[in-house]
Amino acid sequence: MNLREAVRIALRGLRANRLRSLLTMLGIIIGVSAVIFLVAIGNGVQSSVNEKIQPLANLITIVPSTGDIPGGAAPKDLIDADVAALADPSLSGKIAAVIPAISGKALAETNDYRFRAGIVGSTERWLDVNNQDLSAGSFFDAAQVRSAARVVVLGPSVATYLFGDDPAVALNRTVRINRQSFRVIGVMQTVGEPGDSAAVMPLSTVRRYVFGGGDKVNQIIVQAAQANAVPAAENDVIRILSDRHRIKDPANRDFEVQSLRSRLDTFNQILHILTLFTAAVAAISLFVGAIGVLNIMLVSVTERTREIGIRKAIGATRRAILEQFLIESLVLAGLGGVIGILVGVGLSLLGAAVAPAFGPTFATFAPAVTISSVVISFGISLAIGLIAGGYPANRAARLRPIEALRFQ
Amino acid sequence: MLQLEDLTKIYRMGKVEVRALHGVDLTIDDGEMVAIMGPSGSGKTTLMNILGCLDAPSSGRYLLDGTDVSRLSDNKLAKIRSKKIGFVFQSFNLVSRTTAIRNVELPLVYAGVRSRRNPARLALEQVGLGDRQKHMPNELSGGQQQRVAIARALINDPAILLADEPTGNLDTVASAEILKLLGALNDAGRTVVIITHEAEVASFAKRIVRMRDGHIVSDQVQRNRTGATA
Repeated sequence: MNLREAVRIALRGLRANRLRSLLTMLGIIIGVSAVIFLVAIGNGVQSSVNEKIQPLANLITIVPSTGDIPGGAAPKDLIDADVAALADPSLSGKIAAVIPAISGKALAETNDYRFRAGIVGSTERWLDVNNQDLSAGSFFDAAQVRSAARVVVLGPSVATYLFGDDPAVALNRTVRINRQSFRVIGVMQTVGEPGDSAAVMPLSTVRRYVFGGGDKVNQIIVQAAQANAVPAAENDVIRILSDRHRIKDPANRDFEVQSLRSRLDTFNQILHILTLFTAAVAAISLFVGAIGVLNIMLVSVTERTREIGIRKAIGATRRAILEQFLIESLVLAGLGGVIGILVGVGLSLLGAAVAPAFGPTFATFAPAVTISSVVISFGISLAIGLIAGGYPANRAARLRPIEALRFQ
Repeated sequence: MLQLEDLTKIYRMGKVEVRALHGVDLTIDDGEMVAIMGPSGSGKTTLMNILGCLDAPSSGRYLLDGTDVSRLSDNKLAKIRSKKIGFVFQSFNLVSRTTAIRNVELPLVYAGVRSRRNPARLALEQVGLGDRQKHMPNELSGGQQQRVAIARALINDPAILLADEPTGNLDTVASAEILKLLGALNDAGRTVVIITHEAEVASFAKRIVRMRDGHIVSDQVQRNRTGATA
């Protein structure tokens, strides 16, 4: 007897009990689709978060340490010369850009309203290094930074509060900060607080008209050449600043260096474990499905004892009977696996389609089906067919023909 | 040719031993039509199971076409059943939810024959069911089902056709048709062994072997066989 014939006999056996076959498969279908869908969601969350954070992952933030170091030298401020040293390519090859910033709080006023905004003074590259976009107008340019132009780019909360919902209305209007007038040249898109409550101006403008403060900066953002150069760039930053501030002992550093990269790695690890955990929970339903297949195959063998006797009487060998029942359970589990994959992928696509309806946070969220989850869950369903079918099939094959024929 | 030499079959039921066959000697030549008769418990079903290679004897020899099949493995017995033996059962034993023609094809499947449709169709035509190929067993009358079973038994051209109470579940008319069919097959040269407890059925055979308590008590040739055509 060849395999094709065995498959045909097995299929006929399954078709004869359509509802029962379908219900048995349902266990596998639910298990496989749950594994695929849940893993896809986990991956979707991971890649959506990474997508948002990745552009910022090569950023290193340097802020001055607050407070005196007991027994140490008086902490030095970060100043323009520090910025220039960091930007010097002869000191570090890993640094692509250096953006100084000073920040503080100040009232932003129109004739009718006043808003306590976070004032940021920086260079023309601030917007793009922070991966932010404008909803209206433009950002200030290098010339405006050099000339300390009296221009301001508003965060969306500020613009809405002062000028209403339409960002375009705010353009070219005047905002008073520290009793000085500034022209609104752009409105930023939302990034969440506190960024939405910020008003960004050229560094020189803030120094001259708002906070003063000479050559001090509150914050230096260093952009590493690549995301994977972040640790090296971080080391360079520490070396350059320690040299400039004459610090030998790391405990005495008067600045702090932070990068998002390491936090992102931690986050990814946690998410990975969570994804594995949910997949494991889904795999339990696959296990329950396996018991369903075993159960049905045992019933099927008992119910068809007489048929097995007939087949043996007319010449079926043990192997032929074994094959028949094994293929039946393999088809049952394999077909369940394929349908489960289709359902799982379908659910994932559906999830991607409806996710944006849940708000802007989910705009970039899309469950991502991984090949490995598909391959593994299909492999497991085949293994279920083999194992859950093997025992009943073996029992059927060993039946003695006279006893099987006598079975009612 | 079938030869049984001093064949014994003992069943063990717990601690009790039941002797179903006591030293049976029997030879059936090619082309014979033999009825094995006896009341229930006489050992005729045990004999039939051994003749059909469904069961192995406890001692003695069983030569089928010269080969001793009394000590063969499961697998070899399956091959012998496939090639040399055709079964007809009292309860037809067709595979349910499977069309007549597929039932007839089954022995060919297990014998590894590739072209099956035509021989199966011919076999069904031979038993007068050429127009019932696609019918399921439950759509056929008892007589028709038994004819499908006979077609199935013949498909591998077996050395011997074993019929166990072939008319036990049939009415008089259908019984007569089946027996006539078996007679015709024998006339065409097929060896036929019928196991029965009905004298009427046995009267179709050329030779009647009577059994009682595991022994053969008489073995006689019938001259005036009912329904004989030759």
